[in-house]
Amino acid sequence: MGSAFMPTLSLNLPPGPVITDGAWGTQLQALGLGAGECPDAWNLTHAGRVEIVARAYVEAGSQVILTNTFGANRLRLAAHGLGDRTLEINRAGARISRRAAGDRVKVFASIGPTGRLLATGEANEVELRAVFEEQARALAAEGVDALLLETFADLDEIRAAIAAAKATGLPVVASLVFDSGPARDRTMMGATPEQAAAAVIAAGADAVGANCGNGIDGFIPICRRLRAATDRPLWLKANAGLPEIVDGRVVYRTSPEYFAARTLDLVKAGATFVGGCCGTTPAFITAIKQAMQAAKQG
Amino acid sequence: MAAFSQLREAVLTGNAPAAVAAARQALDAGVDPVELVNQAISPAMEEVGRLYEAGEYFVPELLLAARATKEVFLLIRPLLAQKDVQPAARVVLGTVQGDLHDIGKNLVGAMLEGGGFEVIDLGVNVPPEKFVLAVEEKQVQIVGLSALLTTTMPAMKKTLDVFRTAGIRGRVKVMIGGAPITQTYADSIGADAYGANAAAAVDIARKLAGR
Repeated sequence: MGSAFMPTLSLNLPPGPVITDGAWGTQLQALGLGAGECPDAWNLTHAGRVEIVARAYVEAGSQVILTNTFGANRLRLAAHGLGDRTLEINRAGARISRRAAGDRVKVFASIGPTGRLLATGEANEVELRAVFEEQARALAAEGVDALLLETFADLDEIRAAIAAAKATGLPVVASLVFDSGPARDRTMMGATPEQAAAAVIAAGADAVGANCGNGIDGFIPICRRLRAATDRPLWLKANAGLPEIVDGRVVYRTSPEYFAARTLDLVKAGATFVGGCCGTTPAFITAIKQAMQAAKQG
Repeated sequence: MAAFSQLREAVLTGNAPAAVAAARQALDAGVDPVELVNQAISPAMEEVGRLYEAGEYFVPELLLAARATKEVFLLIRPLLAQKDVQPAARVVLGTVQGDLHDIGKNLVGAMLEGGGFEVIDLGVNVPPEKFVLAVEEKQVQIVGLSALLTTTMPAMKKTLDVFRTAGIRGRVKVMIGGAPITQTYADSIGADAYGANAAAAVDIARKLAGR
């Protein structure tokens, strides 16, 4: 089962590349989210502003948008004293994106890592699976189209998350960060794209991906390797380069036009779902859409 | 000596029980614990750092090696204390105010303990005043500041500003690290050192401690 022409994950999306969204965290900061403030809590306290971000991506041309629930697992929320609001925060996050998406756009609910290391014994697989199950169920209850496990670095942790996500019956995308090693093509724990693809598919993921990382240039060889390793749909979301501090402000150097041009290269390398991670904005999504239309006509 | 190479090998492969066994055997045979550190543990941890830099080791291997070394230190620290040998230095670590991420800091802590440092971990979201208090009360030589978020990097500068106001800046060396941090940023806020990863942290701390 599964081929490059099953990007749909059985979701009635058109074949060929699907445009996802850009960053949420950096967009929420632009709308006033403070340093160290819990972005996910805004689903309850600033739902209108979260919806502005979601709508901006829908208007820019995203065919898939995420939810503002990346850090909304009980362990991370507890660090903000919000552990007992886990269900509410996830459900509100899913509802906001669902509302902005309407009928045309799909909602993939974002689930991030817990921040605990299994390798040091800070947590065990059973605990983590329960934490992910709680979040996945809450998101699934609000009618999202798929679950996206993103920014994971540890295959053991993402396996626990996949098992939890699969239990909802929704399609599951498993996306890791490849930013380590001399060639910046390994996860923090040392897994190669090939090893990661094999592991997440064996665990039941429907699609495989890479996100965050060190800018879009490094994503092209990683995408090619993932494509060689699996015929499943591929999910690629690079950040807009590494941030720099200029005059006390955070600046990402990659322009929307450059990012869009490289995104076409990603599609050639086998990407199915394309979009951006930290530092990318609705302008990046518009640029990708325009570049794809131009490529189709030209 | 055979026990030294066994201990080095056990640290390199992250085998804590074998490391402790080799260390105990050497000590029973009358080996000076200081020699054990200098001839076996330190070179082994340096090799671990080199393998990490070369991309042959990743975080799991670092953690296992650090854990093996830490267990050996539990065995020999009382002996070192008897001989009035101080730990490499006392380091206080923390993730700066507003930032709740602790994986990077914990890795640095594990590596420093593996390098023979005494580590005081203040946790995450640490206000500058809490670092000041730790420096004043615990006779700390080195402060390590961590941040994962671009939005919380400015808290590093603030922490150093508070150190200056409190009059303790000259008393400690400050090393900083975390995903968005660069040498340029470290220079711009007047930190003493920047570490690109946990393996580099040990070397940097040694230099800062003047050993």
